[in-house]
Amino acid sequence: MDAFSSPTTAENLSPGTRPGDNREVVLQARDVTVSFGEKTILENLSLDVYRGEILGFVGGSGTGKSVLLRTVLGLNKKQHGTIKLLGADLDEVDEATRMTVDMRTGVLFQHGALFSALTVLENIQVPMREYLDLPPKLMNELARLKIDLVGLPQDAALKYPSELSGGMIKRAALARALALDPDIVFLDEPTSGLDPIGAADFDDLVRTLRDTMGLTVYMVTHDLDSLFSVCDRIAVLGKRRVMVDGTIEDMLRSDEPWVKSYFRGKRARQIDLEARDAE
Amino acid sequence: MLTKVEDDASAEVLNERVAYLSVSEEGDALHCAFSGTWTTVTVAHVDEQMRDLEGLAGKRTVRLDLGAISALDTAGAWLIKRLAQRQADAGADVDFVHASENAAILLDAVDEMAKLEVPAAKPFKFDPLAPFEKVGKGVVSLGHDFVAGMHILGSTIQGAQMKLGRGHAINPAAIASQIDKMGVGAIPVVVLMAAIVGAIIAQQGAFQLRYFGAEIFVVDLVGILIMRELGVLLTAIMLAGRSGSAITAEIGSMKMREEIDALKVIGLNPVGVLVFPRLVALVIALPCLTIIANFAALGGAMFVAWSYSGIPPQAFVDRLRDSIDLSSILAGLIKAPFMAIIIGIIGSVEGMKVGGSAESLGRQVTTSVVKSIFIVIVVDGLFAMFYAAIDF
Repeated sequence: MDAFSSPTTAENLSPGTRPGDNREVVLQARDVTVSFGEKTILENLSLDVYRGEILGFVGGSGTGKSVLLRTVLGLNKKQHGTIKLLGADLDEVDEATRMTVDMRTGVLFQHGALFSALTVLENIQVPMREYLDLPPKLMNELARLKIDLVGLPQDAALKYPSELSGGMIKRAALARALALDPDIVFLDEPTSGLDPIGAADFDDLVRTLRDTMGLTVYMVTHDLDSLFSVCDRIAVLGKRRVMVDGTIEDMLRSDEPWVKSYFRGKRARQIDLEARDAE
Repeated sequence: MLTKVEDDASAEVLNERVAYLSVSEEGDALHCAFSGTWTTVTVAHVDEQMRDLEGLAGKRTVRLDLGAISALDTAGAWLIKRLAQRQADAGADVDFVHASENAAILLDAVDEMAKLEVPAAKPFKFDPLAPFEKVGKGVVSLGHDFVAGMHILGSTIQGAQMKLGRGHAINPAAIASQIDKMGVGAIPVVVLMAAIVGAIIAQQGAFQLRYFGAEIFVVDLVGILIMRELGVLLTAIMLAGRSGSAITAEIGSMKMREEIDALKVIGLNPVGVLVFPRLVALVIALPCLTIIANFAALGGAMFVAWSYSGIPPQAFVDRLRDSIDLSSILAGLIKAPFMAIIIGIIGSVEGMKVGGSAESLGRQVTTSVVKSIFIVIVVDGLFAMFYAAIDF
């Protein structure tokens, strides 16, 4: 694990770990309040994400999962609170630190958000071009390597996003998110709209990348399969804050009505049984 | 500014973290010891050195020592694996020493890619026929556009056809809302533009006619020019820029998001739902705007004639009554609906041609505006020739 964490990381990160827990905190949110006009979406929300974990984020529609994600990334304004991403408070950092944080962050938007005027290869090269001074040949090789890593066929490299299927768009967008081998990736519903086989492949892929690249994954998802199979920890958003967080066992034990119906509903029970049987 | 910061940032990173490579050769044995940080950020400057090593021929054993690497990611792993693969292909015995568990996983992950041959970019080839090909393609697409335009015009004339083959419902609310957007919304800018152009023509005309002591004829000049040509032409150009582009962008972005296809499968005719109200609204709005533009231009001219040449408004109106008659006004107004149809059809056709990318939307909107303005001016010229021929 240590071989992959960059040497500067440990110094950058402020000690924000819980007592008795000495894992490194990659993302720390404290008392975050976000409201649009009169409507308060998030109120005094606190959250820690640890290095190397896959955090699944769930919550009913409209509870503010996407708002939280966008706030963490600095795309939304928050009224109150602090967010530290990779040890840097994005409200206060200077431009150079902000850039290093951006370089070490990858985002997969819900609908891919690939640049429609560029091919897949060029899309993946955008962050490389912007931040690094790589020889074109190496850049091509690295982009194709990323294409290979996310499981896209090589002939997809020269296609435009409009020529790709939904699943391929997700994979291409993941390849772009991984272009600079970031420390943390944010995935917004990565498996929505994929068939179960494709979704399972995607889950495996995320886990492999975590194992090989030491990624921290923050995944907003509704996919119970993903939650059961790849997520180390699950956080439930509701009532404008993180209601419950813990492992899947904690979720199954929770008495919170929403969590109960989510994880012990008809669809969940099926998966749970299968998982138990498999074990 | 931004570039400077970027340079500083990457320089800082490079100072702290560098990929080191030490090479020793003993006869047909190659020994490479890697150390430092081998990540996407740092590998750029060892890339060439690694490629040189890949090219070394006649090595029997290659030993790659990964023990001293402090950080490795897929880019670093790729460079190392690439070297290993190329040397193995050349017949060398490659072995990794001191590879940590994670390094092994990473090297394994990039393994598949290292075996693939990266396709080279297509070399540029000069083709003497290329310009002709372009011309040919242009002519063919012009033909297609014309057919598509006629198709839209035909379906519009046939009626709104909201539902395919079922009823001929016209949606007055949609038409009214389009008239509001394209017509009423355009009044301020049309009035301003026409008044200024009218004033400029009056001033220039009066200045020239002053030499002949015929300043009063500036009223004839302005009246006929505005009524027959400029009023409608200026309004049409303004509307092509303002509404033609909007039509293309609206229809184009609906096309991009498959909304047009959704209309089709719901059983609605996209031309009826989207194009028909816009076309009808344009045909109503453009003549009305032309009338307003005519008044505004005459107002501007009247003001300049008064202030610059001392022709009082009463004299201006008297003279105007003598110089223009109903035919002058009609000659201009008749052209308006034709121009409206041209703007609407070109806007719709270009909108339907939008593909999947944001770039194509931009290109199609540009084409739509340029084409509509061009054709509007050409049609105005044809009308002028026609009027001259029939002595209208």
